[in-house]
Amino acid sequence: MPNIVFVHPDGAREELEIAEGTSLMQGATAQGIDGIVAECGGNCMCATCHVYVEPSQLALLPAMSEEEDALLDGTASERQPNSRLSCQISVTPALDGLLVNLPERQV
Amino acid sequence: MSIARTVPGSRAPASDVDPFSIEFFEDPHRIHGELREAGPVVWLSRYRVHAVARYAEVHAVLNDWRTFCSSRGVGMDDYATGKPWRPRSLVLETDPPEHDRARAVLNKVLSPAAMKRLREGFTAAAERKVDELLERGSFDAIPDLAEAYPLSVFPDALGMPQEGREHVLPYAAVVFNSFGPDNDLRREALADAAPHMAWVAESCQRGSLAPGGFGAGIHAATDTGEITPEEAPLLVRSLFSAGVDTTVNGIGAAVYCLARFPDQWRKLRAEPSLARAAFEEAVRFESPVQTFFRTTTRPVEIGGVEVGEGEKVLMFLGAANRDPRRWERPDEYDIARRTSGHVGFGSGVHMCVGQLLARLEGEVLLGAMARKIDSIEITGPVRRRYNNTLRGLASLPITVEA
Ligand code: HEM
Ligand code: FES
Repeated sequence: MPNIVFVHPDGAREELEIAEGTSLMQGATAQGIDGIVAECGGNCMCATCHVYVEPSQLALLPAMSEEEDALLDGTASERQPNSRLSCQISVTPALDGLLVNLPERQV
Repeated sequence: MSIARTVPGSRAPASDVDPFSIEFFEDPHRIHGELREAGPVVWLSRYRVHAVARYAEVHAVLNDWRTFCSSRGVGMDDYATGKPWRPRSLVLETDPPEHDRARAVLNKVLSPAAMKRLREGFTAAAERKVDELLERGSFDAIPDLAEAYPLSVFPDALGMPQEGREHVLPYAAVVFNSFGPDNDLRREALADAAPHMAWVAESCQRGSLAPGGFGAGIHAATDTGEITPEEAPLLVRSLFSAGVDTTVNGIGAAVYCLARFPDQWRKLRAEPSLARAAFEEAVRFESPVQTFFRTTTRPVEIGGVEVGEGEKVLMFLGAANRDPRRWERPDEYDIARRTSGHVGFGSGVHMCVGQLLARLEGEVLLGAMARKIDSIEITGPVRRRYNNTLRGLASLPITVEA
């Protein structure tokens, strides 16, 4: 299973194996991660699954939908050029080793 | 309830229970459990419809709009064979792609960015309300808190006319009763509906709505061609229907939970930042919106049972939210629970467009209570309010102390 590295705001690292075809959000919350709330359960309606993706790896990700783009304008922690919603990123073998930073706040 | 193995009309286990009866509303949980245990899909013989009560099936039906459509109505009435009692909703009672066009307009008006702009005013109103109630000490938490707070913020945020706001809750009661069967609740609601409908229709017109509110924002989308000028009032109507009574019952559920479970209240007192989670867990635990229907667009198998084309399927959201297959200790109200994935706001393309607003109201109100109130005590008889879709109380007498 692809290995994904989550870095908390305090610098703590958490490496999680997430099955292919599962979203980053689902995979991480199923393993009890703190720092992803996912109030809407992955329906791309809440922006509480916000993550900052390592900039050099952004190109590996699926393109952003209009809905995701609009929601990112309302995130609790400031939107950055590498902001994504983790429920919209489906894990593929190419994402093995992906590094994502968790924001200070989700709500 | 009697569960027969099979009946003519369906291969699903049959039940003669009436989930739209007063006895059921008084205590739905036991029968929810029986329906879940009976099978992945059950046949409600009284109404001749299939129903799903387990989390997996409810979630699957919600997330398959191609097979389980909304355009034939999300109540028991089939719009393919009968005329809707009011013009169809442009979001709730449509399917993609038609649905998505109208929905995009609401998404924008109720976006996270829009919520950030409302937060300060909603918080101040919540603090005023809690201060006022602390002064009084003893009051009825349904009219004086669960109804009064949303009514103090939502109508202004929408831009409703000042005159006639007393129609808001009765109108919503009609709408949510209308999704049920042709029972006394529905008949009585529709018999008295005319004045409420007339006020809402008038209030949804562009000229009736105050600038800067959600209503004006929806009408502004006609200028860019996203929706037509004929559609705009109907889209505004969705917020009149679903914007107040839902949060009234959501907040009522949360206050009722916190008053009943003192350990959870103490936890919230100690950590007021749990207010948003406490509200969300109340939406899972009580499921203020209990049920919706879909209609099948093709023959489909649910849990090994063949369901024909053009059949109504009832989804028990409240039963799914307490399914032990999905939730640990489902019958416990636990504000530290990870609630993500509950279906109290639905799921899939029709998932509640007002969920962010509902959470904002719940969070700031429970937050203000947690910071200012020390103890909550139920001091009189708790009375339930009966509605074919909404679950909540009519009366919750409480005493609070600082
Ligand atoms: C605790 C409060 C609330 C609860 C429990 C709730 C529940 C729900 C549920 C279960 C649905 C799904 C309907 C379906 O799948 O057929 C829904 C949809 C909807 N809700 Fe809410 N709701 C709440 C608050 C609100 C608020 C505050 C608004 C308006 C500001 C609102 C507006 C809507 C609309 C317009 C839809 C239809 C969306 C669509 O079909 O795309 N709701 N709600
Ligand atoms: S979980 Fe709600 S937007 Fe990702």
